[in-house]
Amino acid sequence: MTDRHAGSGLESRGTKTLQDMNYEAPTSVEAAVAALAAADDEAHIFAGGTDLLVQLREEMIRPSLFVDIKRIIETRTITVDDTHVRIGAAVTGAELSEHDAAKALLPGVVEAVELIGSAQVQGRATVGGNLCNASPAADSVPALIAAGAFAQIAGPNGLRVVAVEDLLAGPSRTNLSGNEFVVSLDIPKPTTRSADAYLRFIPRTEMDIAVVGAGAAVTLDADGTCTAARLALGAVAPTARLVPAAATAMIGKKIDDTVLASVAAAARDACNPIDDKRGTVAFRIHVAGVLAIRAVKIAIERAEAK
Amino acid sequence: MNEIKTPRGGSNYQWVGKNTPRPDGVDKVTGRARYGDDMIVPGMLHGKILRSPHAHAKILSIDTSKAEALDGVKAVVTSADIPDHPMAQPPYPPIVNDFHDISRNVMAREKVLYDGHAVAAVAAISEEIARDAIKLIKVEYKVLQHILDPREAAQPDAVVLHEDLFTYGVEPKPTKPSNIFRVMHGERGDLNAGFAEADLVIEREFSSQPVHQGYIEPMACIATTSEDGAVELWTSTQGHFVQRTLLSKLLNMEMAKIRVTASEIGGGFGGKTTVYAEPLAIRLSQKTGRPVRMTMTRSEVFRATGPTVGSKTRIKVGMKKDGTITAGEAEIWYQAGAFKGSPIGRAVDTFFSPYTVANCKAAAYDVCVNRPKVAAYRAPGATMACYPMESVVNELAKELGLDPVEVRLKNAVKEGDESLMGTKHGRIGLVEVLEAVKEHPHYKAPLGDNEGRGFAVGYWLHGGGLSSAAVNLMDDGTLGVATGNPDIGGSRSSMRAMAAEELGVNVELLKPIIADTGSLGFSYLTAGSRTTYATGMAVVNATREVIDKLRALAAKKWDIPVEDVRWDAGQAIATDNYKDIKPLSLKELAGMATSMGGPVAGHSEINASGQGATFCAQLVDVEIDPDTGFTSTKRHTVFQDAGRAISPDYVEGQMQGGAVQGIGWALNEEYIYDDEARLQNTGFLDYRMPVASDVPMIDTVIIEVPNPNHPYGVRGVGEPPLVSAPAAVANAVENAIGQTMSDLPLSPPKILAALHAQAAGDD
Amino acid sequence: MARHLINAMVNGDRVEFVCGTGQTLLDVLRGELHLTGTKNGCGTGDCGACTVVLNGRPINACLVLGAEVDGSEIETIEGMAQGGELHPLQQKFLDHAALQCGICTPGILKMAQAYLETNPDPTETEVRFALAGNLCRCTGYDKIVRAVLDAAAEMRASET
Repeated sequence: MTDRHAGSGLESRGTKTLQDMNYEAPTSVEAAVAALAAADDEAHIFAGGTDLLVQLREEMIRPSLFVDIKRIIETRTITVDDTHVRIGAAVTGAELSEHDAAKALLPGVVEAVELIGSAQVQGRATVGGNLCNASPAADSVPALIAAGAFAQIAGPNGLRVVAVEDLLAGPSRTNLSGNEFVVSLDIPKPTTRSADAYLRFIPRTEMDIAVVGAGAAVTLDADGTCTAARLALGAVAPTARLVPAAATAMIGKKIDDTVLASVAAAARDACNPIDDKRGTVAFRIHVAGVLAIRAVKIAIERAEAK
Repeated sequence: MNEIKTPRGGSNYQWVGKNTPRPDGVDKVTGRARYGDDMIVPGMLHGKILRSPHAHAKILSIDTSKAEALDGVKAVVTSADIPDHPMAQPPYPPIVNDFHDISRNVMAREKVLYDGHAVAAVAAISEEIARDAIKLIKVEYKVLQHILDPREAAQPDAVVLHEDLFTYGVEPKPTKPSNIFRVMHGERGDLNAGFAEADLVIEREFSSQPVHQGYIEPMACIATTSEDGAVELWTSTQGHFVQRTLLSKLLNMEMAKIRVTASEIGGGFGGKTTVYAEPLAIRLSQKTGRPVRMTMTRSEVFRATGPTVGSKTRIKVGMKKDGTITAGEAEIWYQAGAFKGSPIGRAVDTFFSPYTVANCKAAAYDVCVNRPKVAAYRAPGATMACYPMESVVNELAKELGLDPVEVRLKNAVKEGDESLMGTKHGRIGLVEVLEAVKEHPHYKAPLGDNEGRGFAVGYWLHGGGLSSAAVNLMDDGTLGVATGNPDIGGSRSSMRAMAAEELGVNVELLKPIIADTGSLGFSYLTAGSRTTYATGMAVVNATREVIDKLRALAAKKWDIPVEDVRWDAGQAIATDNYKDIKPLSLKELAGMATSMGGPVAGHSEINASGQGATFCAQLVDVEIDPDTGFTSTKRHTVFQDAGRAISPDYVEGQMQGGAVQGIGWALNEEYIYDDEARLQNTGFLDYRMPVASDVPMIDTVIIEVPNPNHPYGVRGVGEPPLVSAPAAVANAVENAIGQTMSDLPLSPPKILAALHAQAAGDD
Repeated sequence: MARHLINAMVNGDRVEFVCGTGQTLLDVLRGELHLTGTKNGCGTGDCGACTVVLNGRPINACLVLGAEVDGSEIETIEGMAQGGELHPLQQKFLDHAALQCGICTPGILKMAQAYLETNPDPTETEVRFALAGNLCRCTGYDKIVRAVLDAAAEMRASET
């Protein structure tokens, strides 16, 4: 279930033959970093494989090596402490969906991950994979950005931490170096009267890539005034993006229809989409505003219910 | 809710019209059934095809040396390995099998004509090596200007795909080559007078995009050849006898040396009616002396096998205030793809055929463009013509304040009327179908906010033609029923039910099989909704021959004239003149056959005619999200005259499956090309077929107006549901948003743009 | 050439096979173990015809590498009927005529079986969404959904 940009599968980026390709499954972060360091630049981190194996099949990549990170405990664990929810990069959609605490704290993030592919894909697709595949339309990414997630990145010099919105460089490109990989995602634990939501538009009811995605997180004070907000959009620009103007429109106000109209306008202003097989520029811009309003409303309802 | 209406009274049949356990069912729910790619032959090689990245280019050179040198590669073939053939010459039959074209479609020769066109193929000891090998083949191309739109391609100054193609059937004979292969016309009455008589005339243009059959099993075959020239082919096909004919002519081989066995087939819908990889697998096998299996990827299926045609239509229809359609005029341009041969005759026949339009004219153009050569898709050529006509009839009824079903009833064709292509109707069931719609609760059910209801009716003349069957009685009284038609949708059940009905024995005693091409007379494709009709007739004939032989056997045993023995309820019974003679059962007769003259079997080879027209109407409710243009189908009821439903469950299945294919065609499915004419949606992800959560339960109403020309009254049921489904969905969208949408698919961006244009217009 | 020696349990049988890195679990099941009941419809996780259960979860066998499944348990359509008896889902698919060409049937049966273990009493809508990853082009899904609902009811009844 990958976002295939080269539909005809004409240009294979790799030069390796299928027969040369290798596979390793290290059991520690250090061993994975070492495996990447020892390999050439056509090695790929392999988590759920739901994008990579499609790209391999469609002749879009010819890796020299797959480094499977699913046997590393840090990538496979979900932990909740006083300040953060930490989701291992190789946690699957199905596993996250079954984690009651994560689902209660971050319904938007969990729903976004649950939208990736079918039930079968959910059994394999991972949070880290969805992020690092760097599709502009990846469902989990706007939700992670809205929720203020940071990526814990392992590399030859140890760990570093990067905000999710700063990790993405363009379609299919991240700011990771060749020897780095994402170990886990840290999401600040929402405070009281704080909640998130994610919605996407697809032409069918399932099995599609987002034509537009919108993630929202809001915090309300006791009388319903918005004290913090984040809105992020997917599939409307080369990368998922945070829309600060939408937050500005909400913070300090009670969110009524006028504020929501400003949120929609800010969302539409932030769009820089393309016409492609999934939608038109005009459609994406309009629907970005529609989904921004709908996602914010759901986040508010959830925050108020807390 | 599914129901069956039998206006001519019920039947007293024991097996016909009953749901019986499906003979191939257990194998299909246990994974035991073997499809195209499920055959594993010792020593087999894996074939793989190199395909063109260009939509239109001259092939300057092909260098296969590096691929041939790769360890594990056993052979490479190019067009040099496929015989060339002269172009077919006029007069042309309705469907032209031009081996000049087929040869070039299976392997590009001078030029590549579409993205995905085969240019070379390899056989290697593993799939991985084969995939590596095709990347080592170097092809030099000179890229040419491409053309995708059929109306643009029909212009005199358009870039031409075939320098040797001259439009057929126009005078004077053209001196310049053209992309238009031919034009077909139909006309009756006086158009000007007809339009003058109308109170309202609507003229509109419509278009539709090519859509793929979307069968879930990709093409797959395995060819085994021998040094003595024999070929065995196992393949997923809708017609293994037709494959044998095509391969024999294409590869210049004796028919008897080619034995084709049809695997179980994982869907076809018209798409598996010709050859693609089969000739290449045979050539690779001949070059290597080993079996070669070739299985397409999904992306190859989309890029290189025939979808159905895309179309452009101009249509004009006139109606009186009382609903009488006074005149109709239509012109339609079909994209044949890279080679001539789109189903234009069906277009001409479809536009006005449900109606007794006194004055009408239709013309259809078969136009070559840089897309894969089209193949049939469930009622080929009819759906794209039904959609414009039913949209305009819908609009006329609305503008004149008339009920859409009453308008159709007012103009409905009946026995004795004639279609525009000259089919004189026998007993047909359009009126009964329309009456069933009016009586159905769906028709008057209330609609919610943002919902709309659409109605459309479609016409289809199903197929007859060449079919063979053999029925073999075994010593223990069980029987084998052999036909030459691959079973796509449950036809084994129908064949068995008809044979059991004739014999008067339990269906469980009969085992239906699909015989290979060496074992039975010629049988045309499982296509054109013809199998239960034509092959069913052959089965009935063959069974009756068995019965006659059993009567003769009983007569011999009893030493009485055969005329005095009748067959009833599974027994030979002497007439009332012989009160002492106890009947002999099928089982008893089977036991004595060997010792009393030899085995008992019947066979039949026929050219079935007398097929009757079928009509299928649909009611569809949709809901549209006004903020996003998203359409969801809320309710869908299909009404169809099946003549006689031999296996009602499977008739319903055809109606439900066709309806959902129609929903996909109407709302989301389409071929999307980039500026270089490269297909962008080569997988199920972006070629958006309906998934289970997209659709509601599909209710069915089977109307039975038996076809007098079939022993059980059968009409073909497979194709008609797809004729009218997209039109019904489009009319539902019209009803919901108040605008006729003229360009399928009605995807959310188009609906949202229409809503915005409407809002801007209202300001 | 990179080859991997893999041990796994398939339908309760211990199996050992060698595969290349590029071979998927689907390639291995069909090509190496000759379990061709698991079908190949797309190779990209979009059709569900290759659905098998891997370590208790339904997955697309085309999106798993053969090299990954060392030590895993895999259930395929070939293991669904037990002791000469069809599974209730298999029987209900026959009773409801829930298949036409049958190519999607093994994948749908395995998906439905895994789903009913997590939700034994689903609604029609839930069944439709659970099966959204399994394309069927023949039936329009109507009879499939009915068969799954009916099988679920029968399985619940036999539990009590």
